[in-house]
Amino acid sequence: MSDWVFLAVGVMLLIAGLLALYRIIRGPSILDRMIASDMLLTTIICALGAEMVYNGHTRSLPAMLVLASTAFLGSVVVARYVSRRTNS
Amino acid sequence: MILDSILDILTGVFLLLGGFLSVAAGVGLIRFPDAIARLHATTKPQILGLAFILLAIALQERQVSTILLLIFLLIFQMITAPVSAHMIARAGYRGGIIAPRSLLVDELEQAIDAAPEFDDTERASE
Amino acid sequence: MSPQDNQSTSVAASTTPTASESASARKVSRTEVRGRVWKQLPLLLGLVVLWGVLWGQFSWLNILTGFLVAIAVTRVLYLPPADISGRLNLWYSLVFIAHFIADVTVASFTVAFQALNPRPIPTSSVIAVQLRTRSDFVMTLDAIAMSLVPGSIVVEVDRERAILYFHTFDTTTAAAVEAMRAKVLVVEARIVRAIGSKDDLARIYETEATR
Repeated sequence: MSDWVFLAVGVMLLIAGLLALYRIIRGPSILDRMIASDMLLTTIICALGAEMVYNGHTRSLPAMLVLASTAFLGSVVVARYVSRRTNS
Repeated sequence: MILDSILDILTGVFLLLGGFLSVAAGVGLIRFPDAIARLHATTKPQILGLAFILLAIALQERQVSTILLLIFLLIFQMITAPVSAHMIARAGYRGGIIAPRSLLVDELEQAIDAAPEFDDTERASE
Repeated sequence: MSPQDNQSTSVAASTTPTASESASARKVSRTEVRGRVWKQLPLLLGLVVLWGVLWGQFSWLNILTGFLVAIAVTRVLYLPPADISGRLNLWYSLVFIAHFIADVTVASFTVAFQALNPRPIPTSSVIAVQLRTRSDFVMTLDAIAMSLVPGSIVVEVDRERAILYFHTFDTTTAAAVEAMRAKVLVVEARIVRAIGSKDDLARIYETEATR
């Protein structure tokens, strides 16, 4: 497989990560920041996967599994915090 | 090998699709007007993007143990992503982060107005 | 977390065990225990497979330790068993999964192109959908399936009356709102055909006959 495919994928994931970072910095509310950081994490999982295909190994799989199964905890905690504070 | 080159091409296509969906999610994250619309833009196309990249890994490795691990990975992501999306949407709706004027109809508000005593106990328990 | 939180209508809170449930769990007849083990079996098997996958091999020792760990985990972190009807129609499960994959693919690309399209962003709405099922499990599956299909997110759940409140993207007309509502009910019908109880199935057929 030619290298330009991986180059294109890498550039696209990089752009996605930068856009998420922009929203984390700019985001008007804390929820926007959580959505953006969730997306950044998913982009990182995608990048780990793409790197494994490029180098032909499977060593990052456990890291991807742990990230995928614990990524939601952060936004759940923040969402609970936000809804508790706005209601009281 | 013909089969190997076909699988390589498919791998490349899946990787590109995954990258494309990630970029589209990022653009939506920037362009959409309020938090919940951004939630629509990011979480779901991202899951399909991740699924495409996992498919690419499966096509390259083609081992039962790896594929099982990838299936677990996708299932975890599919179970947990709606939970966080729901929690954020719920907090956003209650906190008034969704702009009410941007909605065409709001049947939840009608339901809350119709049942004030239910609404009060609900808020008090938080 | 206050005790009243158990009555909260969130999906996350609906799995919290109440004090009466865990107390009554102590004294049950043998047939009930057998029924509960039968219901827990899919979860146990799933945990054993996950254990084996994480170790990277399926030796007898792995399967044995996997069972021990799975039993320990389900004992220590006890959850009330999900109210599964026990019925499983393999063909309709496949139909549901195939439709689900098609929906996710089509809708993901639709939202992706809406994000890239320079036209103004379409209007959203919040809609209430009255489900026909009485099962928490079917309701949860429907909520998850609809959340994964881009264009709808569960905002609030009324567990007592089985109403799901969705925030729907790109519903600019009343017709689009009705189409989204019909879509939720179609997905519910597919899930009930696959795993729902006989009562739910009868209710689905009833409403479909009157339509």
